[in-house]
Amino acid sequence: MLRLSRVNKYYKVGAHSLHVLRDIDFEVGDGEFVAIMGASGSGKSTLLNILGILDDYDSGEYWLGDTRIHNLTERKAANYRNRFLGFVFQSFNLLPFKTALENVALPLYYQGVSRRKRNQIAAQYLERVGLRDWAEHTPAEMSGGQKQRVAIARALIGKPRLILADEPTGALDSETSKQIMDLLSEIHRSGITVLVVTHDSEVAARTQRTIRLKDGKVMTPHELAASSSNPQMAAVAAVTAAP
Amino acid sequence: MIAIFLGVAVVVFVGLVLFLITLLRIAGVMLVQWRDLVSFDRWLEVLGTIRRNKLRTALTMISVAWGIFVLVFLLGLGKGLDAGLRHNFGRDSINAVWLYSNKTSIPHDGYDVGRKITFENRDYERAKLAKVPGAGGQGVERISGQYYVKGGQLGGGEMLTRRNGKTNAFDLNAVHPDAIYFNTHVMESGRFIDYADIVARRKSAAIGGPVRDFLFGTEDPIGQWINIGGVPFQVVGVFSDPGGPEQERQIYIPVSTAQLAFNGADHLGMLEIAVGDATAEQAKVISDQILAQLAEHHQFDPKDPQAVRIHSSVETAERFAKLFWLISTFVIVIGLGTLAAGVVGVSNIMMIAVKERTKEIGVRKALGATPSSIVAMIIQEAVFLTGIAGLLGLSGGVALLGVVAKFAENDFMRNPSIDLRVGVLAAVGLVVAGALAGFFPARAAARVNPIHALRDQ
Repeated sequence: MLRLSRVNKYYKVGAHSLHVLRDIDFEVGDGEFVAIMGASGSGKSTLLNILGILDDYDSGEYWLGDTRIHNLTERKAANYRNRFLGFVFQSFNLLPFKTALENVALPLYYQGVSRRKRNQIAAQYLERVGLRDWAEHTPAEMSGGQKQRVAIARALIGKPRLILADEPTGALDSETSKQIMDLLSEIHRSGITVLVVTHDSEVAARTQRTIRLKDGKVMTPHELAASSSNPQMAAVAAVTAAP
Repeated sequence: MIAIFLGVAVVVFVGLVLFLITLLRIAGVMLVQWRDLVSFDRWLEVLGTIRRNKLRTALTMISVAWGIFVLVFLLGLGKGLDAGLRHNFGRDSINAVWLYSNKTSIPHDGYDVGRKITFENRDYERAKLAKVPGAGGQGVERISGQYYVKGGQLGGGEMLTRRNGKTNAFDLNAVHPDAIYFNTHVMESGRFIDYADIVARRKSAAIGGPVRDFLFGTEDPIGQWINIGGVPFQVVGVFSDPGGPEQERQIYIPVSTAQLAFNGADHLGMLEIAVGDATAEQAKVISDQILAQLAEHHQFDPKDPQAVRIHSSVETAERFAKLFWLISTFVIVIGLGTLAAGVVGVSNIMMIAVKERTKEIGVRKALGATPSSIVAMIIQEAVFLTGIAGLLGLSGGVALLGVVAKFAENDFMRNPSIDLRVGVLAAVGLVVAGALAGFFPARAAARVNPIHALRDQ
């Protein structure tokens, strides 16, 4: 599905250059459900931006399917995002002046699908996330969990091969979080690759595999074991080690 | 009229938008599609933005509408003023030069200053031949001399005129037949003085409407006799003048008859010549020639500014043309300045709107909006706003001009209006202005970095 090899990323801060990603190497197979964990400053946001083709990297290779993603024009990047990727954000990022239906239909607008057709399709996806009756409501009238469901429907409507979820439960209570993770699991079971960035070990525990980032590097099993003196981390390590 | 005007303006406006899109497509600057323009979706997006920001939109539109309104109204008033003044100075609408005899102010050839110069019939004959040197050069097309029946420097002066016991004083002009071309008189009945009158020294008189009314009432004056300064004259024609009664309280008689009847010898006080479509320079050449002839035959210095006083309508006309050019330039500068302020306002407000919409634009980009689709959305909004506001201002200006034309028309203001060409130009300008106003905000929008836009808090 996607493969990163020796990806490096620098940020210029004044005269200095900050090395935020160091030789990132990992692979995610088709249909995998993977979590990326790391403390703030570990580089996980930058990694997500690169995976989401919102940002470019300085060296290395990023393959999405058979396509190498590097130095794309904005137009091409927009096209790939539209066709291959679905985004789910912590703060939902729904357009407040559009109804749930219109929000879900938006990616199809940029694919040039006619209004009638995309509203029809959007209604199906709203039904799939259990919000058929909320189609004509604006985000302001919905709860956090409902908003995130709308966002997930919007991420799915373009039939993406990869869903990128950035702290999808970060703004939700634990009960709603569980429901959203159920929904993501369901999507995963339907054959779509799902990548979740989180700092919540419970969320990570719901995935098949966790990639840990520390100081811009992917942690090796050895480093993981060393950090397992931390009881919380040990618990996570135990979970992720499980088949 | 206003409806037709607006219709044309709207058609031109839409045509221009299509043209602009074609150009952009050919240039490959923007991958704008024809269907984008008729795209109901795009319009929904644009109208949605406008509806969400009613006050801001209204304020923006007012500034543009006001700019166009001021421009159109001032241009129309300028045109009305121009037409009014041209009408008022209708007498000067022909290219003419007037030479008035006067007194010398420079000693010459042994003569002292203050010597009175008097033109003669021979001067009239010689002046006829003056022309710009070279084959086909502009010459004198019309010429008339005038004998001042009562002496003096200007005009004929008033003479007592009688008929059947009624007496009144009217201006008497002893002239050649061409004199009528230097006025705006229109013959109502009969004829003006002609050359046969001059040759035969006939006692013919052409009288203005008020003169007829006073002396004849409702009677037909043609062929009847009146007494001017003790000499009987036969009325041969009646004229009117659009300039009003003041221009009509006049009597014209043949110059030759007047010279004979009022002891004028062969004297003339004034020569007036028409020079066709000569430029100011050519008119100057001709009048200088005549002046040289006069100087030679009357022994005065041709550089004497007082011996002969010269007035040229060609110069006056050019001075007026310059004045009008100044006025219209002024109007255009003011109007365009106001319009420019409006456009900058639109641009500014849309720039703020883009800043406010950073998050939205970021979301759109993450979902697959290309930079060109964002640019097209913003520019379409700007062109739409400027266009609608401009057309409102345009119609307001045209309407107000209509009101002014109807109720406030006077001697100085005639038919204030703007022509279709200006309307078309305004429509063209609005599309360009709208696109310009949208350009910078659109560029800012296209540059929105989705990473920054989507960053939480």
